[in-house]
Amino acid sequence: MEWRKLLLLVAALTLTQLAKAQSPKYGVGRTPTAQEIRALDISIGPDGKELPPGHGTAAEGAKLFREKQCVVCHGSTGSGGPAPTLIKTDGTKKSKYPCLVPCVDDSNVMALHAQYATTMWDYINRAMPLNKEGTLKPDEVYSLVALLLFKNGVIAEDQVMDAQTLPKVKMPNRDHVAPTPEWRHGVPTLAGYP
Amino acid sequence: MESKSSGRRKFLKNSAALIGAAAAGIRPASGQAPAPDMDMPDLEALISYGQRSPFVKSKRISVMERMSPDEFGMTFHVLSPIQDSIGIITPSSLHYVSTHRGSYVPNIDPQEHRLLIHGMVDRPLIFTVDEIKRFPFVTRALFLECLGNRAKPSHKTVQETHGLTSCSEWTGVPLSLLLQEAGVQSGAAFIVAEGAESVKGATSIPIGKAMDDCLVAYGQNGEALRPQQGFPIRLLVPGFEGMHNVKYLRRIKVVEKDYMTYNDYGHIVPDARVAALTRQIGPKSVITFPSGEQKLPGPGLYEITGLAWSGSGAIRGVDISTDGGQTWKLAELRTPSYAMAHTRFAFLWTWDGKECVIMSRCTDELGTRQPTRAEAAKYWNKPDDRDFRTPGADNTVLPWRIADDGSIHNGMA
Repeated sequence: MEWRKLLLLVAALTLTQLAKAQSPKYGVGRTPTAQEIRALDISIGPDGKELPPGHGTAAEGAKLFREKQCVVCHGSTGSGGPAPTLIKTDGTKKSKYPCLVPCVDDSNVMALHAQYATTMWDYINRAMPLNKEGTLKPDEVYSLVALLLFKNGVIAEDQVMDAQTLPKVKMPNRDHVAPTPEWRHGVPTLAGYP
Repeated sequence: MESKSSGRRKFLKNSAALIGAAAAGIRPASGQAPAPDMDMPDLEALISYGQRSPFVKSKRISVMERMSPDEFGMTFHVLSPIQDSIGIITPSSLHYVSTHRGSYVPNIDPQEHRLLIHGMVDRPLIFTVDEIKRFPFVTRALFLECLGNRAKPSHKTVQETHGLTSCSEWTGVPLSLLLQEAGVQSGAAFIVAEGAESVKGATSIPIGKAMDDCLVAYGQNGEALRPQQGFPIRLLVPGFEGMHNVKYLRRIKVVEKDYMTYNDYGHIVPDARVAALTRQIGPKSVITFPSGEQKLPGPGLYEITGLAWSGSGAIRGVDISTDGGQTWKLAELRTPSYAMAHTRFAFLWTWDGKECVIMSRCTDELGTRQPTRAEAAKYWNKPDDRDFRTPGADNTVLPWRIADDGSIHNGMA
C-alpha cells in the first residue's frame, strides 16, 4: 500500500511542476505575427498604453456627431433617442426608452459614470456607429470622446484629447467606485449575507 | 397576416421537401415534382433534423420593456419558457438570449474563425476551431443567467420573472489548458475576453477564475453551439453572470488589471457589498409548477416542482413553504446536483382548495441560503415593500399566491 501512496505523491508533484513551468504541452496552435495581434487587439486599458497616435477636440466631435449619424440613435442633443443618453440633461425629461444594459441611474451617461475615459475610447472605437462598427479613425474617436467629456462638463472645450491627455482626464466618478471584489474558489462572495 | 405567414411556412416546407427529395435521389413515380398542396411529411424534418410535435407550443418571448427584434432588427433579451421546463436541460432552441449592447446574430464560418491568446503570456497563440477541438475536452451541465433576471410585481408568469436563465450540457476545452499552453506571466491579474460579433462585446474576468473552471465551448446539448449561443465557440464562466460568458469568442488578452470595458463599467457600484453580489450568481430557486397564470383544476394531490442553482457550486437542499414562509419542509432533489447547474426539485403536496402562498428557497454547497425578500430588505436596512429593489443580482425568494379558484398569481404583486 505504501509504495502506491508514494507513487501518487510523485505523480502529484510532477503535475504541480508541470503546471508551474507552463511549458507548452500540446503544441497545437501557431504563433501569430505581430501584425496579426495589432490588427485584432482593440483593447484599451485604463492607463491608455494601447491608445494609437492621433488627436481630436470637442468642436471636431460635434461635427462628427452629425456626420456619422450618431444623432439618429442618441438624439440631436445627445439624449432622448432609443440609444443610451450621452449628454446629461436637467433630469426633468425622462427618456421614453428603458435604460439599456449596462443601465446606470436611468441615464447611462458614460462620461459621468465611467471611471476612465479609456472605457469611452475603447467602446466608441469597437462598437460605434451602428452597422459601421470599427470604421472610425483614431482622430474621430478622440474627437467624439472630447465632445462627450466637454458636453458633460468634464474637460474644457479647447482641451485636445490624445494618447497622453486622455488617460489623465480625472473622471468625476473615479473615486466613488468600490474596488472589483477579489474572487476565490469556494468562498462565499459576501460573508454574512443574508 | 395569418394566411401570409402560413403561406410562407408552406413555401419553406415544400422547398425543404424538394431539396430533401433531390438530395436523396427520390423521384415521384409520375416523374414530376410533388404538387405544392400534397400533404406529405416534410422530408427535412422526417429524415434530416427532427422537430417537436405540433401540439407542443412552448416558446420564447421578448422582454417587453425592450422588444426584440427592435426597430433596428437587433436582439436584446429573450426569455426562456421555464414554466414548461422538464428536467434540467433547456432545449437549445429555447435557451434564453442576451446580447452585448443589442446585436445581430453573426453568421460565422467556423473555417474562418480564429481564437487569439496574447498579452501577458510567454507565447502568444492563435487557434483554428479545429485546433481547439484537438485539446482534451470536458462536458459539463452549467447554467447561465443574465444579471437582469429580476422578478417584478408586474410580472405574471415565471417566464417573465425568471426566464433569463437556462441550463445546457456544454462541451469544450478548459480555458486553463489554452492559457497554460501560452504560458501566463507573473503579474497577470485579469483576462479580457472578446467576441467577434459586430460590437465585439468584451468583459474582464479575474485570472483566478479564468484558470479555475472556465471552458472554451463548441458543443451544446450534443451538437454544435447554436448561432444565438455563440457559434462556433464561446466562453463559459461557470456561476458568473451571463455577460461574462462571451459568445463568438475571438480573442483573450491577459492583462495586469481590470480593463473596465463597456460591459465592466456598467456594473461598477459605490458599495463593495453590492459589487460582491453582482458578478457571481447567488443561490437561487423558483417554483415552475404551479406558477403564475397556470391553474389548479381543484383540490387534491400535486407535485410542486422547480429549479435551483448557485454560482458558488452545487445545490445542497431546497425547502418548500406552502404557508407563506411560516414553516418550511425539505423538497426532494430529483436530478443529480451538479456544480453551477440547474437542479430539479419536487415536493408532493395536497392542496386543500384554500388560498395559500407557496415558495421555495435553496442552500448551496457553501452553506449560503437564498434570502427571502424580507431578509434581503432587512440586510440592506430598507422597508420590505413593493418598491424594494435588491442590490446586485436578485436571488430572492419569489412567492406564488394560489387563489381559492386555483388560479396562480405573482406573490410580489
